[in-house]
Amino acid sequence: MTYASIRPDDWNLPLLVHVLGAMVFVGLLATIAVLLVAALRTDDRAAALRLAFRTLLIGALPSYIVMRVGAEWVAAEENVDEDAAWIGIGYIVTDLGLLLLIVVTVLTGLAKRRVGRGTEPGRLVRPATAITLLLIAAYAVALWAMTAKPA
Amino acid sequence: MTRYEWLLLLHLIGAFASMGSVVVFSVLVASGAQVAAPQLTFLGRRLWDVGGLLTLVFGVWLALDVDGYGLLDGWILTAFVLWAIAGAAGIRLGILYSEGDEPPSGSVVPLYAVMAFAVTALLVVMIYKPGA
Repeated sequence: MTYASIRPDDWNLPLLVHVLGAMVFVGLLATIAVLLVAALRTDDRAAALRLAFRTLLIGALPSYIVMRVGAEWVAAEENVDEDAAWIGIGYIVTDLGLLLLIVVTVLTGLAKRRVGRGTEPGRLVRPATAITLLLIAAYAVALWAMTAKPA
Repeated sequence: MTRYEWLLLLHLIGAFASMGSVVVFSVLVASGAQVAAPQLTFLGRRLWDVGGLLTLVFGVWLALDVDGYGLLDGWILTAFVLWAIAGAAGIRLGILYSEGDEPPSGSVVPLYAVMAFAVTALLVVMIYKPGA
């Protein structure tokens, strides 16, 4: 039997911002992965890449910021030990994740331009898809770390 | 990992899948379901199925396992009601997008709004746990 732990009320809003941002961000990554796969398989590649690029710019990047700001806010409220392994995993995943997200955005943007000029975009879309799937896997690891909180 | 951590992780994976489904349908609604609609509908529906199942099964298990929580607590009963509302709206929305070749219209936006509101409200209830 585990006893219910009640956190202080002050932690609820930052935690809500962090978790909501993370949920929306991961959902958008899954959406982008599907759009990128569709861009390789459908006739209307330009539209799929355009929507993927817009989803990255209008959805994924802002939700990443919300998630990251929420993380800093909740860490400050909780006064967590920044040397704890679970915090370190969170920082590694989000910091490297931002770099990879920028790479996916650039690749998708370039692929969109290539399709606009009538060029085959597959060499750009395939790595973008793979990186997006890698990001989803990395955020699954981060979710595990946030739940199990390894020391 | 303790049993509690496993239950919480699986419950959270379900919550992420449920919100992920809302996000997928958001993109479908915003784009007018003109681009990759069958693939996005498939993703949205599967995330909804998995998310609904995991949140309910492991949420109930958590409520039974954790001392201090009970299935008849106000915030948990509220969550059940919101889950049922979200579930009904989400399933109906998925069916609407799956039917026919033309993008659905009319009842899509209200159903999407109910689904998105109920899932967001569920998250708020889970974090604030009013009355716990």
